Amino acid sequence: MGKEVLRNKTPELTRMVLDRFEKTGTSVKTGLLPAVKIMQQKGREAFLTYGIPGYKNEKYRFTPVQKYFEKNIPPLMVPRNRNFKLDDIFRCDIPTLNTFMHVVLNGFYFEETSSLGKMEDGIRIGGLRQAMKEMPGLVSKYLNLAAGESTDGLVALNAAFATDGFFIYVPDNVVMEKPVQVVNIVNDNQSDLVQYRNLIVLGKNSEARIVVCDHTLSEYESLSNSVTEVFMDREARLDMTRLQNENNNATNITHTFIRQEARTLLNNNHISLHGGHIRNNLDIVLVGSHAKSHANGLFLMDHDQHVDNHVFVSHAAPECFSNQLYKGVLNNNATGVFSGKILVEKGAQKTEAYQVNKNILLTDTAKMNSKPQLEIYADDVKCTHGATVGQLDEEAMFYLRSRGIRENDARLMLMYAFAHDVVRKIRIEVLQDRITELVEKRLKGDIPKCHTCLVNYS
Amino acid sequence: MEKDQDKIISEVTGSEYKYGFTSDIEMDTLPKGLNENIIHEISRRKNEPEFMLEFRLKAYRHWLKMEMPEWAHLKIPEIDYQDIIYYAVPKAKPNLESMDEVDPEIRETFTKLGIPLEEQKRLSGVAVDAVMDSASVKTTFQESLAELGIIFCSMSEAIVKYPDLIKKYLGSVVPYTDNFFAALNSAVFSDGSFVYIPKGVRCPMELSTYFRINAANTGQFERTLIIADDDSYVSYLEGCTAPMRDKNQLHAAIVEIITHENAGVKYSTVQNWYPGDKDGKGGIYNFVTKRGLCKGNHSKISWTQVETGSAITWKYPSTILKGDYSKGEFYSVAVTNNYQQADTGTKMMHIGRNTRSLIVSKGISAGRSNNSYRGLVKVTKGAENARNYSQCDSLLIGGQCGAHTFPYIEVDNKTAVVEHEATTSKIGEDQIFYCNQRGISTEDAVGMIVNGYAKEVLNQLPMEFAVEAQKLLQISLEGSVG
Repeated sequence: MGKEVLRNKTPELTRMVLDRFEKTGTSVKTGLLPAVKIMQQKGREAFLTYGIPGYKNEKYRFTPVQKYFEKNIPPLMVPRNRNFKLDDIFRCDIPTLNTFMHVVLNGFYFEETSSLGKMEDGIRIGGLRQAMKEMPGLVSKYLNLAAGESTDGLVALNAAFATDGFFIYVPDNVVMEKPVQVVNIVNDNQSDLVQYRNLIVLGKNSEARIVVCDHTLSEYESLSNSVTEVFMDREARLDMTRLQNENNNATNITHTFIRQEARTLLNNNHISLHGGHIRNNLDIVLVGSHAKSHANGLFLMDHDQHVDNHVFVSHAAPECFSNQLYKGVLNNNATGVFSGKILVEKGAQKTEAYQVNKNILLTDTAKMNSKPQLEIYADDVKCTHGATVGQLDEEAMFYLRSRGIRENDARLMLMYAFAHDVVRKIRIEVLQDRITELVEKRLKGDIPKCHTCLVNYS
Repeated sequence: MEKDQDKIISEVTGSEYKYGFTSDIEMDTLPKGLNENIIHEISRRKNEPEFMLEFRLKAYRHWLKMEMPEWAHLKIPEIDYQDIIYYAVPKAKPNLESMDEVDPEIRETFTKLGIPLEEQKRLSGVAVDAVMDSASVKTTFQESLAELGIIFCSMSEAIVKYPDLIKKYLGSVVPYTDNFFAALNSAVFSDGSFVYIPKGVRCPMELSTYFRINAANTGQFERTLIIADDDSYVSYLEGCTAPMRDKNQLHAAIVEIITHENAGVKYSTVQNWYPGDKDGKGGIYNFVTKRGLCKGNHSKISWTQVETGSAITWKYPSTILKGDYSKGEFYSVAVTNNYQQADTGTKMMHIGRNTRSLIVSKGISAGRSNNSYRGLVKVTKGAENARNYSQCDSLLIGGQCGAHTFPYIEVDNKTAVVEHEATTSKIGEDQIFYCNQRGISTEDAVGMIVNGYAKEVLNQLPMEFAVEAQKLLQISLEGSVG
């Protein structure tokens, strides 16, 4: 049913953004697959139809996307010549986290060699542009398959112009032992509108662990609009953690589409530690029966930061399970939004779907909007949702203080405990430890950066 | 005991829509359509003072600029606002002194509805202001209430007799600019009830009004205004049944409540308008704006509603908690069957300090119906120590219906504690089996389980309504099992 108003309410702005892109971006059109050209064409049309979400768009009610685009940040359509070494500005070193590390810089896969990294068992990890050349069949089959159905103008904008990003393919029956780490960096000596597109395809009965880090290093204002599509074939297992640590000038809009076939298992964690304006759209469809999906999120925001998590889990097949757990701590003038929806389609009997959103406001000026929603069209289901907004439990505080713990320490302890509910869902142990540490730092008010990392957020 | 049960069972199984009949009463109507002339005419016929005409015209002009809201989870067929008769009044003699003067047809209708307008009502302590279509037919108990200084009369009478109160309060909680249907209502409202409880008075009886849409093709635009002055209390009941009709009828009412310091208002509704037949044909469109303002400190407004009728329901009784320590409550049972659609819930706006609100919503969907809870809990910056607890449960009967929950929580103050909980479930096979085993048919078992499920809300209703509501739930769900 869904009475969403799809009409483009910002025709002028939409036209302006489109013109800007089209004026800038002629050179990227060469060497693209026919399927990609179709995607771009469709994306362009869809963008004109749906437009930049306006202030009254229900899905973006609390995140002023229109304002971000009105700033007229120029789009970056071709990779810039780099005048710096990556090592000089960024070093990710979680000592015991032994990963394959890949970097996407300003929306373009950062790789000295031009071929997709080939690994034992046929796993392919690399840039999307390269994948188009080397695995045209697979890319044509999956690219835009899920995102193409979206009625979001921003997803369409990405389809129309983004041409690169990271690509991961795990063939049938292959278990990737080491996690993959993908680092998205935005760093430039000017303001950029950055778009990238990622594709992850997991074959039948395969397994992967992926860590995605979003970092904005540039001190200039930046706007990032990225789309990630994940396809999990039967019985695939995926553990994905996205860590967002960005500076106050960064606006990061992410769209993640996950399609789960029968008996797949997803564990998705979203940790937003720091950032100017963050908007995460997560769109999970349980296409096959007995699929299991966990979507967890934690956000810790202060000053004038803004975070908006928009989670949509659709049960299209019977006997699936889903759980959403989102928690947030908001300090100073920060604003947080959680908007979660469970859709149980007709015939999706024996569905189990849960949703919890808990938030703590530390100041009078912080603000939280929560919208936990259920839309159910089947009767044999178990669905619950709950949301709370409040402050730290006074009784718990009293308990700790009566045992000689200082107020400040007691408060921190309670906040760690609150946040740990989500952190403990991270399955990669060393990463969990590292994130625990970052969260603790963050809650203490320190800037959460890794020891060896030279990144400076401010 | 057994006999009682038999009686209920036969009532449950016997009828589709118990109150489906029309009575032939001579009507005095205006032509179809809506324009400024019609509004002038409505105002003229009702002998309204000049300010009311202005109020109506302003609302009408504003309405012209507005669009039908689309956000609700409803499929609303196109409504031709020019194809509606905006004013219909039974040609009864004005100012009746006793029941004998009431048109026998109307009396007959009320008897069929089981509303004893006769003096027996007095024994049960209920004063009835019966509204038949647009004009108030008969008001009882006015005198005894008047002794206490309570004003309980029709809206038209209040406009003429108490223009100062009307000027001060009408549109103060629901301004004509509020929404599309509120603007329409403000422009064309025909009648309704007006209640004023003076300082320190606790109304000795439940006030109730039976609304009833009667003439074909007439929209019903009711307007109710309840004012409870300092330290007063009133419990107000509203019950609705409507005759069976093929053509959809539009109902856009407004209810405004204002409570001053330490005052309390309890507003209960049983809504059982014609929901359309089994194929979704016909039925009432019920687009209502209900809002209360807890103006004074320590004031309280409690809404209780049992919604079983109407083809489409669009209704959000809300409370603005402006006074410190004020309290808002919302208890709701909404049942949809066949092709009915309901999008209902509440808004709690916490503005004053130490304000509290409680929301208990029970949705039951069966057949091919869709039932949504939509609610907003808003805590503004200055609302220190606001507390809200919301619970919205949905019960699904059959695999073709939908149950949805759209809660909005907006918190702007750290001292607020806001909780929302919701569950969705179906009637367990084990529960049905247990009842079957003890000789209770599946249909009765469903009725029992549903009544148990809704008990928390039904308990809030005044006694006589609670009984009626229980029966209603069963009738509404008839044919939804097996």
